[in-house]
Amino acid sequence: MPVTKRQGLQQSLVRGVISLAAFVILWEIGARSRQWLGLDAFEWLRGLLAWFGWEKKFLPWIGAVPAPSIVLTKWAQIIHDASYWQSWYMSFFRVAAGFTAAMIIGIPFGLLIAVSRTAYGISFPVFEVLRPIPPLAWVPASIIFWPTQELAIAFVTFLGAFYTIVINVVGGAKSIDMRYYQAAQSMGATNWDIFRRIVLPGTLPSIMVGSAVGMGITWEVVVAAEMISGGGSQIGGTAGGGLGFFIWNSYVGGSYEQIVVGMISIGIAGFISSELLRAAGKYVTPWLRLR
Amino acid sequence: MGQADISRPKIEPGEIIVSHVGKSYGTVQSRKDVVKDCSFTIERGKLTVMVGPSGCGKSTLIRLMAGFEKPTSGEIRLDGEPVTGPARDRLVLFQETALFPWMTTYDNILYGPRARGEVTRETLDFAEFLLTKVGLQDFRKKYPTQLSGGMQRRAELARAMINNPKVMILDEPFRGLDAMTKELMWEYYADLYEENRRTNFFITTDIDEAIFLADRLLVMSNIPTQVRAVIEVDVPRPRKLSDIVENDRANEIKMQALSILHEEAMKSFSRGSKAAADFVEAYSKRISKT
Repeated sequence: MPVTKRQGLQQSLVRGVISLAAFVILWEIGARSRQWLGLDAFEWLRGLLAWFGWEKKFLPWIGAVPAPSIVLTKWAQIIHDASYWQSWYMSFFRVAAGFTAAMIIGIPFGLLIAVSRTAYGISFPVFEVLRPIPPLAWVPASIIFWPTQELAIAFVTFLGAFYTIVINVVGGAKSIDMRYYQAAQSMGATNWDIFRRIVLPGTLPSIMVGSAVGMGITWEVVVAAEMISGGGSQIGGTAGGGLGFFIWNSYVGGSYEQIVVGMISIGIAGFISSELLRAAGKYVTPWLRLR
Repeated sequence: MGQADISRPKIEPGEIIVSHVGKSYGTVQSRKDVVKDCSFTIERGKLTVMVGPSGCGKSTLIRLMAGFEKPTSGEIRLDGEPVTGPARDRLVLFQETALFPWMTTYDNILYGPRARGEVTRETLDFAEFLLTKVGLQDFRKKYPTQLSGGMQRRAELARAMINNPKVMILDEPFRGLDAMTKELMWEYYADLYEENRRTNFFITTDIDEAIFLADRLLVMSNIPTQVRAVIEVDVPRPRKLSDIVENDRANEIKMQALSILHEEAMKSFSRGSKAAADFVEAYSKRISKT
């Protein structure tokens, strides 16, 4: 029987819910195995490996992870805490700032070095030398360089997305079919018109791909930068630290449930960002979703 | 008719003279002549079809005539004026569709006038007329990927015609279409030509396509490209596909063209080209059939 688009969507939704539920249940069982079964889940495996000479203390132990029920209880308390939402806000703000800056600078820069051989010759070698430096390696230097920690974090976040966006824009603009230019030229288009109505829309799909990848890197970078910098901000304390500092602070404070709450929060935040970006992408490239 | 006629700009067919044109690629040490001392005329208001083995440099000639590249030697003139670069008076329809994927059918058709800032009431009326003419009025808001191969070619014809070029250059435009669509496109395209008698230059590897469409047939040699024969296809228009198969004159021309093409293919076959070997095989089958 043929499956309609809607049925297909329902089917994949059901599968998603089942797999998530199964994951949570297994996690709960693992975490509570000692309490419920009188032994740790995988204890036998640990024993077996120990028998082969592995020391028990080098092996992971799922019993050490807080159970999802405990995490959820903790979460239910935390959502009433304004500083938790402040962490969300701070991280989101930094990602948005860094990412927007990367788009605003990266897209024109990428287009420029794609269309101008001179610009390419001057800037691409520098770009290629700087690109392999991981954004996190910039953290100490940018803390020294930028007047505030907030700017330092935003800068590192910006770097995370910048390179990916530029590389994709250059690749996208250069792979536009020669015949589109020739057709436009024949019809009397000016260079500006060719840029605006051929190069720009022709590069848009690559811009969206670069942005999606860049967005992922931005979240990685912002969390790490927040941990390293101690989350410093003008607001001060845990409140201004963002989700990365929230996790780090929970770890230092020994609140393991809270670490997991922080991790899941980042997962959700990243998911929301990607979905927003995907929706924006569909909106600006309508010709791609219609087949 | 009456109302639509008002919005149609006057057609001024042009004449292209290619004289002693040569084009070579590569360095001084390893030069490859693709076109060598090639001369022919694309007569005003006629449908000239160039037929030759694939890889014989026809597409290079098109790039030269369109002005995308400059000849190494010789000269190309349109109505006496030397060709120096691409311009709207010589529009090219490329092998596979070159419709802009990010524009709807309507925006694609209006690209030229908009790019030149020449959109007037008359242009918009002409766009409507062309949309109807190519049968895409219900597909104006569709993107190229949503159109069938035949529709794409028709949209592209409309996109070229709105610029009212003096010469239309078509580089194997119906290649890649299935046999049925291709034959429909031949009849459709021939009708279109007969209606406005614009100067058309059509390039193909398909001899049946060539004879069905052509007023004049240019039979080409292998690389370096030269004109081997010019044949006037004096079969009356309008032509019907079913009739032309039985037409003695058409078959006579076909045999004449095929024997030249066969000879050319044999020449490069003896030089050991794979493309030529395929060609010989394909055309010997055809000759034995007719």
